[in-house]
Amino acid sequence: MSQVVFSAKGITKAFPGTLALQDVDFEVHAGAVNVLIGENGAGKSTLMKILAGVEQPTLGTMTMEGNSVRFDSIRDAASKGIGIVFQELNLCPNLSVTENIFLGREIAKAGIHIDRAAQTRRTTELIGRLEHDIDPSALVGDLMIGEQQIVEIAKALAEDARILIMDEPTSALSASEVEVLFKVIGELKRAGVAIIYISHRLEELIRIGDYFTVLRDGRLAATAARENVTIPWIIEKMLGSEEVVAKRPPAIQAGPPILSVDHLSLPGRGHALALDDLSVSFRPGEITAIYGLLGAGRTELFESLYGLRPNARGSVRLDGVELAGHSVNRRMKSGLLLVPEDRQRDGLVQNLSVGGNLGLASLRRFTRYFSISKAHEAPLLEQIIKQLHIKTASADAPITSLSGGNQQKVVIGKSLLTEPRVLLLDEPSRGIDIGAKAEVFSTMRDLADQGLCIVYTTSDLKETHAVADRILVMAYGRITADLRAEEASDEALVRASTLKPETALA
Amino acid sequence: MSTATSSPAPRANGNASALLLLLKLRTFIALIVVTLFFALMAPNFVSVANAIIISKHVAINAILAIGMTYVILTGGIDLSVGSIVGLTGMVAGGLLAHGLQLPMLGIIVYPNVLEVVAIALLVGTAIGAINGLLVTKLGVAPFIATLGTLYVARGAALLLSGGSTFSNLVGKEELGNQGYPIIGSGNVLGIPVSIIILIVLALVAAYVAQRTPFGRKVYAVGGNERAAALSGVRVDRIKIAVYMISGFCAAVVGLIVSSQLVASHPASGETFELNAIAAAVLGGTSLSGGRGLIGGTIIGAFVIGVLSDGLVMMGVSEFWQMVIKGLVIIAAVVLDQLQRRLAANTRQ
Repeated sequence: MSQVVFSAKGITKAFPGTLALQDVDFEVHAGAVNVLIGENGAGKSTLMKILAGVEQPTLGTMTMEGNSVRFDSIRDAASKGIGIVFQELNLCPNLSVTENIFLGREIAKAGIHIDRAAQTRRTTELIGRLEHDIDPSALVGDLMIGEQQIVEIAKALAEDARILIMDEPTSALSASEVEVLFKVIGELKRAGVAIIYISHRLEELIRIGDYFTVLRDGRLAATAARENVTIPWIIEKMLGSEEVVAKRPPAIQAGPPILSVDHLSLPGRGHALALDDLSVSFRPGEITAIYGLLGAGRTELFESLYGLRPNARGSVRLDGVELAGHSVNRRMKSGLLLVPEDRQRDGLVQNLSVGGNLGLASLRRFTRYFSISKAHEAPLLEQIIKQLHIKTASADAPITSLSGGNQQKVVIGKSLLTEPRVLLLDEPSRGIDIGAKAEVFSTMRDLADQGLCIVYTTSDLKETHAVADRILVMAYGRITADLRAEEASDEALVRASTLKPETALA
Repeated sequence: MSTATSSPAPRANGNASALLLLLKLRTFIALIVVTLFFALMAPNFVSVANAIIISKHVAINAILAIGMTYVILTGGIDLSVGSIVGLTGMVAGGLLAHGLQLPMLGIIVYPNVLEVVAIALLVGTAIGAINGLLVTKLGVAPFIATLGTLYVARGAALLLSGGSTFSNLVGKEELGNQGYPIIGSGNVLGIPVSIIILIVLALVAAYVAQRTPFGRKVYAVGGNERAAALSGVRVDRIKIAVYMISGFCAAVVGLIVSSQLVASHPASGETFELNAIAAAVLGGTSLSGGRGLIGGTIIGAFVIGVLSDGLVMMGVSEFWQMVIKGLVIIAAVVLDQLQRRLAANTRQ
C-alpha cells in the first residue's frame, strides 16, 4: 500500500439552503490514481474545489504530509503543490503555450521584465516530460483539444504539483488522445505524483484507477482499493437503493411514430462525428429517456432536430413532413419544441417578467392587430401558471425571484404555450431539488397522457427509470441501446453508454 | 411619460423602498431640479417662448435618441446617426436646389417637397439597413460597423456638393417644390412642427416598445439573445429593424435641421450621436441591452437640453458646459448602479 500524502477528515460544506458535503473523509495516495466517483450533484466538484482552494470547507480538517493545511485560494493551493485541470479548459486561446503556462506567475527580472528565454526553456522541459513536442510559441487556440489538455497538465506541473486533480479529463478527447493521456498519467505516477481522477466513464476508471472513493448525495458511500472493485459494485454504491420518484404508468396507448429521424449525421471536433448515421423514431403518448455520458451526442441530437445545427445531414420528419432545411421558427410552428439544458443561458430572458418569458415563444397567440392584448394574454398565462404549479407572486414578478425548479417550469411552460406535439427536454432536472424534480416529472407524464410525444435526456440513471417508458442509450454519436423501461437494467445501460464504435476513430 | 427605468417595482419596505423610488425617478427629479435652478438663476428662463425654444432644441436630440434607444435595447450601438443627419439633409437640399439629374434622358426632375422628404427618409432607413446587415449577416461588431458607416455617410454628404452648402431651400413656384421650411419653422395651432413630430414619434415608439410583439422581442434579444433565438425569435430581423428605425429617426432629424436653417451643410450633425447616446443612458437605458424605456430617454434628452440652454442663458462658458454635461452623465450612471444594487438587496 502506497503512502498517503493528503487526507481530508470530516469535510462538510454548507451552501445557503443545502449541504453539498457532509462529513466526508478522503485520502490521497502518492504515486497512484485516486478515483472519485458519484452522480451529478453527489458533491465531487465541491470536494475538488475545496482541495484546490477554490472553496473553503465549513467544517473539517485537511493534512498534507502530516501537517495541517488550509488553502485560502487556488494560488495558495497551487503553491503548496496541488494542481487542478478543470473539466472546461481554462486557457486563453489568444496567448501562446508558454504565456498560458506562466500566466499570473511569469518569470520576470526585477519583477517587470519577463524572461522569455527562461520561460520557453522551462516550457520545453515540461512538455518534453509529458512526451510531447508542442511548440512553446504556438497559440493555444491553434492546438487540438488533446494538446490543450497537455498544456493544462504542464501548467499544473509547472509549480511542481505533487497532487494533480483531473476533472473529467477525457470528456472532450478522441480515443487516441485518451491513450496519450493515460500514458502521461502512468509517467506521472512513476514520478510519485498523486492523481485525483474524476470521471463518469466506468470502464476507464476500472482500467487506470488504484484507489476508489464513491460519493452519494454529499456523503461518503464507500472506499476500496482496485482489487476489490467491479463495475456492478461502483453502480450499486453510486446509486444506492431508494427510488427518486414514484413512477406513474401511462394512461394512454402510444400512437404510431410522429417524429422520424433517418441517417442523421453531424460532424464533430476533429475526425469524430458528433452524430453518426443515427436513425430512430418517437411516438406520441410515450416518454423516451436518452441516457448517455457527457459528449455522447444527446444535446447535438436535440439541436439538430431543432434546426440549430445547419451542418447536420439526414432526414427529420414530423408527421411525415420533412423538416430538413427549416428554420427554428418553422419547426416550432410545425409543433416541435426544445427546452434547452442551460436555462440561465438559453431558456430565460432575465430582464423580462415571469409572464414575459412564458409568452415569448407564442406572442402571435395573443396579438390583436399590432399589439399584445393583455386581455388575451393574461388568462393564458394564469392557466399555464396553474397547470404547472409555478410558484410566483404574479405573472408580473421578475423571473429572477423564482426558485430554480420554478424557473425550469417557466421554460417548460413557455414551450407548452406554443401548443407543441413533440417536446424535447434537455436535462430537465438539472440543478433543481428533489421535490421540484418530482413535479417536473409528473408534468411530463401529464403531457404525455394528453398525447404529446416527450423525449428527454439525462445523465442520471435513476432518472431514466423515474419516468420513461422507453430508454435509449447514446455513446459516441450512436444509439447503443433501445429498451423498454421495464427490461432495462442499470448495468445494461451503463455498459451501453461506454460502448465504442468498432471502427477506429483516428 | 413614465419613470426612467424598466423593472417593475419589487416589493420592499421602509426607507429602502423610499430611496429606491427616489432613485428610480432620478432622471425626472433631475429634470425638475435643473429647471427650478435655472428658473431662479437665469432671467427670462420661465416663459412660453423659452420653453418652445428649448423644446425645439431638445426635439432634435430626442428624436435621434429614440432610435438609439431601440438599438441599445438590443445590445447594439449606432454611431452613424450624426452622419446620416448630414447626408439626408444634403440629399434633401440637393434635390430641392438642383433636382434629380438624369443625364441619360437629358432632363432634370424636380420632385415636390413630399417626394423629397420620402427620398431622404428612404436614404436614412437604407443606411440603417446596411448597418443591420453588417452587424447580423457579416458579424461586424456594432461599434465598428456603425463607425464605418459614420465615415462613409459623412464622406458621401461632402461629395454631394463638393463640400459646399446648398442654401436658400425655399423652392420655386414654377418647379412646384415650395414649402420645405415648414418642417423646421412651421407651426400647427401654435406648436412648432418639429415638436409635433417628436411627440408623435415618441408615442408611437413607446407603444411599439411596450405593447407590440416586436417590442417584446427587442427586449428579449437584448436580455438573452440565445434564449430569444430558441424561442423562435428571428434575432437577425429584429436587429436589422432597430438599425433601420435608428436610420429613419436620423433622417427625420436631417430634414428638420436643414429645414430650420433653410440650407443644408455637409458637416451638419457632427457629434449628434454622442448626445443621443447620452440621452438614452441618462434616461436609464442599459448599454448592455434589455433595459430602458422610451419615456426615460425623452426625459434624459430634456435634462441635457435644459442644462445646455440654461447654462447659455446664465452666460456660463461653453467649456464649462461640456464639463458639467460630462459630470451629469457620470452621475446618472453611478446612480443607476446604486439603484440596481439596492433593488437586488431589497428583493432578498
